[in-house]
Formats: sequence, C-alpha cells, structure tokens
Amino acid sequence: MQGGLKQNITKELFSGLYREYRASIMAGDYPALTAQRENAIRRFEESGFPTTKLESWKNTDLKESFAREYNVVLKPEQGVDAQKVFRCNIPHLDTAIMGQLNGWYVSKDVPLMELGNGIIMGSLAEAIKKYPALVEAHLGKYTSSRTDSNTNFNADSFTDLNTAYFQDGVFIYVPDNVKSPKPVQIINVIHHDENLFLQSRNLIVLGKNSRLSLVHCDDSYNHQPSFSNVVTEIYLGENSSLDHYKLQNLNNTSTLISTVYFQMEAFSNLKSHYISLNGGLLRNNIRLRFNGPQGNANIYGIYLMDSKQHIDNQVFIDHAFPDCTSGELFKGILDEHSSGVFNGHVLVERNAVRTNAYQSNRNILLTETAKVNSKPFLEIYNDDVKCSHGSTTGQLDQDAMYYLRQRGIGEDSARMLLMYAYADEVISKIDIEPLKYRIEDMVKKRLQGELQICEACVLHCSTPEHPMEFVIDMTKI
Amino acid sequence: MLLSIKNLHASINGKEILKGIDLDVNQGEVHAIMGPNGTGKSTLASVIAGREVFDVTSGEVIYKGRNLLKLAVEERAREGIFLGFQYPVEIPGVSITNFMRTAVNEVRKYKGLDPLGGGAFLKLMEEKKKLVELTSNLANRSVNEGFSGGEKKKNEIFQMAMLEPTLAILDETDSGLDIDALRVVANGVNKLRTKDNAFMVITHYQRLLDYIVPDFVHVLFEGKIVKSGTKELALELEEKGYDWIRKEQRDNGIAG
Repeated sequence: MQGGLKQNITKELFSGLYREYRASIMAGDYPALTAQRENAIRRFEESGFPTTKLESWKNTDLKESFAREYNVVLKPEQGVDAQKVFRCNIPHLDTAIMGQLNGWYVSKDVPLMELGNGIIMGSLAEAIKKYPALVEAHLGKYTSSRTDSNTNFNADSFTDLNTAYFQDGVFIYVPDNVKSPKPVQIINVIHHDENLFLQSRNLIVLGKNSRLSLVHCDDSYNHQPSFSNVVTEIYLGENSSLDHYKLQNLNNTSTLISTVYFQMEAFSNLKSHYISLNGGLLRNNIRLRFNGPQGNANIYGIYLMDSKQHIDNQVFIDHAFPDCTSGELFKGILDEHSSGVFNGHVLVERNAVRTNAYQSNRNILLTETAKVNSKPFLEIYNDDVKCSHGSTTGQLDQDAMYYLRQRGIGEDSARMLLMYAYADEVISKIDIEPLKYRIEDMVKKRLQGELQICEACVLHCSTPEHPMEFVIDMTKI
Repeated sequence: MLLSIKNLHASINGKEILKGIDLDVNQGEVHAIMGPNGTGKSTLASVIAGREVFDVTSGEVIYKGRNLLKLAVEERAREGIFLGFQYPVEIPGVSITNFMRTAVNEVRKYKGLDPLGGGAFLKLMEEKKKLVELTSNLANRSVNEGFSGGEKKKNEIFQMAMLEPTLAILDETDSGLDIDALRVVANGVNKLRTKDNAFMVITHYQRLLDYIVPDFVHVLFEGKIVKSGTKELALELEEKGYDWIRKEQRDNGIAG
C-alpha cells in the first residue's frame, strides 16, 4: 500500500501527505521523536527541495528525477517472501545478513535479534518500540553537527524530510567492549513493479572499545524507476572501530540520496569505502564529526559511471578536536555522457591543533562528453595543522597505453588493465579478503560491461573463497 | 632480409626528424646505432615500433616481407618487434606478473597458440628471471613503480626474454647504468642472441659495445645515417668524438 497514486515529487505533495498520514507515521514514536518529526517537517516546508541555486547542489540537478511519478511508500507490503525476493544471492538468511526491501526491514523470524554477546540488530521500527532509550540517545542527534561556521551543511532538506517520514530501516547496536565476530551485511533491495519513493533510516551505534565491519549494499532487481532518500546515523563510541563499506549497484532510472552522519568520539577509528558501480543519479552525502581527540578516519571512493549516469560525492569532515587524522581518496572513471561531482570540505576548527588531513580526488574521462566537477576545499582556523588537497582530471595515461601495446597487448585489453590498476588503488584498501575478491570481480565485470544490476555484494553465495587472479581472461575479450 | 628501411622520412608536429634513413638488418645481426643527442636515434626506434605521434612522410619499412608501417603498435609487437624503452613507464597497480602474462598470452593468441596456464607461465617466468639475473622480487611489484634506473632497465631485458622477439631495439638501455648493471643487461642480450633474431642497439657511448659486440655500427647525424662500418667505427668515434662527424659533414657541405 502506498500513499496515493503516482505523483510528481513536490514540496506540496510531502507537506500534504504528512498531514494526512502523520498519525500512522508516528504510531510507534516515543515523544521526543514525534517532536523531532514536527520540527523537521516545518524546516522542510520552509526550505523545500534543494535546487541548483544552492552551492552544494549546483552541479546536481534533480529535475529529471522529480519529473517522474512515484508511489510514496508509507506502509510495508504484506506477505513478502524474503527468500524469494533475495533470490539472486542469499541461499539462506544468515544471522549476519540483514535484508531490507523497499526500505523495510525483512526478517525471516524475528524483527529484532539480541545476540549472545549483546549485539542487537534488526528493524529500527522494532528498536524504537523495544529500546526507546537507546535509540533516543542517538537518533537525530548527529544530523546537525556544524557548530561554528556560516555554511550550514546539515540543513539539507532531504534529512529533514527523512526525519519527518521514516518508519523503518536497520538498527545495529554493538555494546561496549564487544567485537563483532563477523561482518554484518545490510542488503537494501529495491524491487517493485511500480515506481517507488522511499525513505528509510538506519541507526548504527558502536559502544566504547567495540568493533564492527559493516557492508551496506544498495541494489535494484529490476529496471523500474525509484527514488530513495536514505539517512544513516553512525555513532562511534570512544576507542571503537568501524570498517564500513557502501556498495551501490542500482539501475539507471534510480535516484539515491544517501546521507551518512558519522559521529566519532575520542580515539575512534573509521575506514569507509564507497563503491559506486551503477545508478541513475547517486548522491552520497558524507558528514563526519570528530567529537573527541585522536580520532582517525579514512574515506575511500571509487565510481564507475557511463551512459547518462550521474554521481555526486559530498564529503564534509569537521575537525572539532585536536590530534585527529582524516584522509579522503576518491577516484572515478567516467564514460559516455556520464557526469561526476566531488565536493570535499574539511573544516579545521580553532582548537583542533595537530590536525592531519588530506583530500584527493582523481578522475579519468574516457570520452569528450563525460564531465566532472571537482572541488576539494580546506577551511582552517589554526596554524598547527598538516593538510593537503588535490584534484586531477584527465585521460588514461597515453605513455602507459603505448608501453603496454608495445608488448603486444591490444588496445582494449591495455585500456582495461589501466582502468583496473587505477581502481585497484581504492579496492586494495578493502580488508575483508572475500569481499575484496568479490568487488574486484564486480569492478572487472563492470568495466567490461557485463555487470548485472541484480548482482549484489553478498559474500555468502557465489563462493568467491578462492582468490581470483587479477588478470584478464583473454578468451573473453 | 628481416628489416629493410628505405629513404624513411618522419616528423613530429610538422618538424622533420628523420630525413631519409636507409638501413638493412638481417637475422642474426647486431646493429649499433650511434650519434650525438637529438639526431633522431630514439625517433627511429619509435617509428619502427609504431608510436602514433610520429608521422611518416615518405619512404618505406619492410619487415618480414610486409609493409610494417601499416601495422598497429601491438601488431608489430606480436610480429616480434620489441622496444626496450629509454625511459620505461611506471604503471602503478599493474603487477609485472599480470602484465607479462597478458602480453605473452596475447602474442600466443595472435600466433594461434593456446594461452599458457598459470603453472607453465610461472615456470617460464622463473626461467627468464634467472637468465637475466633478476634476483629481486620485482615480479610482484607494479610495473617499474619505484624502481631504480638499473632495475627498470633489467626489467626491460626481462620482458624481452619473456617475449622472445625477432627484432629487438634497445633504446639507450645503457644510459644511467653503473658498470654492474650494464654487465647484467649486456649478458642478458648476449644470451638471447640467436641466428634467427636481430638487435638494434641504440647508444650514445661506445662503452656498451664492449659487452655487446655489434656486427655493424651506424652513425646517425641530423636525421640521416652518415657513416656505417664495423665495430672499429665505434672505437674511432670514441677516440675522435662526434665533432669529427660534424666537421666531416660540414666539409662535405651537407650540414652546418
């Protein structure tokens, strides 16, 4: 069931639907959440959807995405057979796999599990009912991280809209001193025979000294248009450590606005990987705040775009405390008429002495019609820092092409080798070995134009246990 | 005849570099190409290899009885032309093993042979590593990335050993090498010499020719071969310097 028939996306639509459905949206809320929603919808109504007039949306035009008609998802479908939906890749739902269908958590048995080691994982809607105090302590607390500057990055109306509307998503809680024994995977699948507009919310909380590896995949299983506005809040408690992977493989008519807020306490460690293989319009908002000293964050991105695909990575890192280190490395290959945007903004606040930060964005344009807008940006308010940033955009190295071809390697294979090599700098940072092989395989297929959109990043099937050689199979070229 | 170059003219960005080269190379021969800087030695190597930035404006190059100039870079390579680069290119992210495996198997495919399997390939690689005294663990590293000058040149010789070319052109392989590296490179070449292949050794100095003894020596000057002889010519050049050639050309009224 959806809220009304297909409609264009406008501020008025969401304003109206909210009034109409607020009772059912809020049904499970604790009081503070209701208050957050009421504030959020008011802010959204004031600001409306972003347009290209805003600096941070200058190069990403949502007009085409909005012009499509969508069913706004307000209730889960009944009687979904999880096994059937995740047919492509999940032979059996493992405890470490969390399925999400059209924004709703899908469970085989219980919607929220508490494991022996104290880890809680499952549906956010359930967590709100069952652990309201735990959720309340974090939910919506990190979406307005900016403290002392004029540019208000958090005032993204998509987050407000999500806060007003969300009803479900994934919840993970790792208690203090607990190290998750195996990676957790969130498989978020969009699959419907209607166009969908969906808004889910994820909350991931890591206690002190805890550790988690999280693989988060966004996939579509058909070619139906969709619009996702997903907000994820991730709290890294003191001295906790998160290895985070986002893998995006959506169809060419999908729009994904993914906003992730990282709140990092003292001595916490983050490694985040954004691997964007497919999607009509992908916008990754990454907002990170060091909320204590000696935090360390590395964010890696690789994006491979073609046809008229568009990718926009917006990274904002707030160095609010001393002795933190952040690194960004984003690399893209853009083919045909695709376009890319990179906006990296590092803010070093007055007291954040001994900050170490670097940003790097590199792009390869394979055609004259592909384009990219890259803007690494440092905003520094003290002298005791070590910061660097750089951006390059170019073609494949012609000297390297010549060198490879002089050894007898054909032009196509040479190009493929160089593109692999280029992507491999980011892929090699993946610490989970089977995932690395899987993603190498997917990148290889993607570059050869053989990747299917239903090919998810799941580890548990298609058994990539044996290391694959990073070599081109000549018989297939 | 393996290679026959006739009245070859080539230019880059409208500037003529080669101004009528004539050169014949037979199987089993080693030809040294000498000459001062900027006279077209590297251009000649590039034109034979097929680098697209150069325009051949006239003349012909016949290789194994075919018009070489009509073949793409990779086709020439598969037909057995190898260029040892003066400045080998660094390719981060491509390991030498994968690079060579791809190259060897593409050449094999061209010749209608089955690709070498992993085991057979590694065995071949070990064998060739030994041949060129490539003792370090270079093969697992990215192509030329962070290599010293000597390592880069040894790597070129290693690749040559792997690909077993019919015509190998070594473009100033000796430049920047210390005497030990030079000996290793030269030994590699000497071990690979057979009656069926040929070498063109481009060098600025006579030194390399103490180790790789050429059958013929040619002096390239201002885009032309102005003198050819046997290995004694190299010694004469070493003794008299390139000014001797310049003067002779001036006296003949050809240059200056």
